[in-house]
Amino acid sequence: MKTPIQFHLNGEAVATFVESGANLLDTLRETVGDLSVKGGCWQGTCGTCTVLIDGVPRLSCVTLAEACAGKSVETTAGLRRGADLHPLQQAFMDRFAAQCGYCTPGMLMAAKALLDRNPNPTRAEVIDALCGNICRCTGYEPIIQAVMDVAGSDNRRRA
Amino acid sequence: MTVTIKTFDRLADAANALSSERGAHFFGGGTLIMRAINEADPSVQTIIRSTDPALQHISVSSGRVELGAGVTMAAILAERELAFLHPVARAVGGPAVREAATVGGNLFANSPYGDFAAALLALDATAQFAGGFGQRELPLEEFLGRRDRGTSLVSSVAFRRPPTDVFRFHKVTRVHPKGISVLSISAQLPVASGRIAGARIAYNAMGQTPLRAKAAERALEGRPLDAAGIAPALAVAADGTAPVDDAIASAWWRREILPVYLRRLLLGAVHT
Repeated sequence: MKTPIQFHLNGEAVATFVESGANLLDTLRETVGDLSVKGGCWQGTCGTCTVLIDGVPRLSCVTLAEACAGKSVETTAGLRRGADLHPLQQAFMDRFAAQCGYCTPGMLMAAKALLDRNPNPTRAEVIDALCGNICRCTGYEPIIQAVMDVAGSDNRRRA
Repeated sequence: MTVTIKTFDRLADAANALSSERGAHFFGGGTLIMRAINEADPSVQTIIRSTDPALQHISVSSGRVELGAGVTMAAILAERELAFLHPVARAVGGPAVREAATVGGNLFANSPYGDFAAALLALDATAQFAGGFGQRELPLEEFLGRRDRGTSLVSSVAFRRPPTDVFRFHKVTRVHPKGISVLSISAQLPVASGRIAGARIAYNAMGQTPLRAKAAERALEGRPLDAAGIAPALAVAADGTAPVDDAIASAWWRREILPVYLRRLLLGAVHT
């Protein structure tokens, strides 16, 4: 049985049908067509599928899609503005904070959730914000440095 | 696999649906149920949800704390009056999990999950239920012993707020700052005239459900919190436990390290 739902995805209104019990990750990728969100474990463990729902980080693989009706969902597809990368995306490039890149969408959204709430986090706060996101390539340090670069910088005006 | 989802405005209606439908599960934050659905667990046939605001209720007054079953770890971290529980809430996953994981859900988490439930056990919490036969209440210890047999809907938990510095928590994990429990220890350690009076200690990941360390509690009674005073408690620290082998640690390892971390907790060498 399919259920109609409406929500906002990166500021755009979306109306679609979801299978009963479908998770938000599969709905975004397979029904809506937003391939920027990645699936890693489908167990709520790895953080790869992190999106923002009404501004707070959530794991889309363990989020019931129909519970998102009326809410605002943000993914990495909505980060850049035209040709301009989001400051976090630029900092990840500058710091070589992505190697295979699979965890990067979740890392970016977890970092954005932190900086939206706390523009000047400490290093410990950055580590806590990213602690639910697993990276098997970088050793985390370049990612932490990239977020610290953006924290408190002029670039934050656009974040 | 398709499941049926039923959403109710009133908790009582949700409770009635939960108790009357086979294969029905109550949906808290989704961190447990959605995993099961993603894995096509055939036991999950119907999901019962409720939008009743009572589930999100937090009350801290006159020494008593009441938490709605739908209160999230993030909501606890946002409540200054619950600062003594912040180390426990912060130990439950990363920020995205804390935004979803609920007090009620943690009561049903299988080992090695369930650190928050163990803390509630140390706090001598009771579980309140919504259902067709009206509100009922059970001590958490009793509830945890029968949680898999019932279809009652936990609506809230309640406990007496501990005096300052009486409650302690430590989680042992291989990954920092966030990792799954090798084990965790929660303790209320009231002191009168320099000696322990009425200690209450609970472990997580030392059995299928969180459990009390009753032998250690008895051994601490009337003793000072120093190396000599706690020695009898450490000797019986693992009594009554039944840890399991899993991907995080072996049962043998859990038993070996339990007295080490209990010692550190009791002596104040660790507090979070």
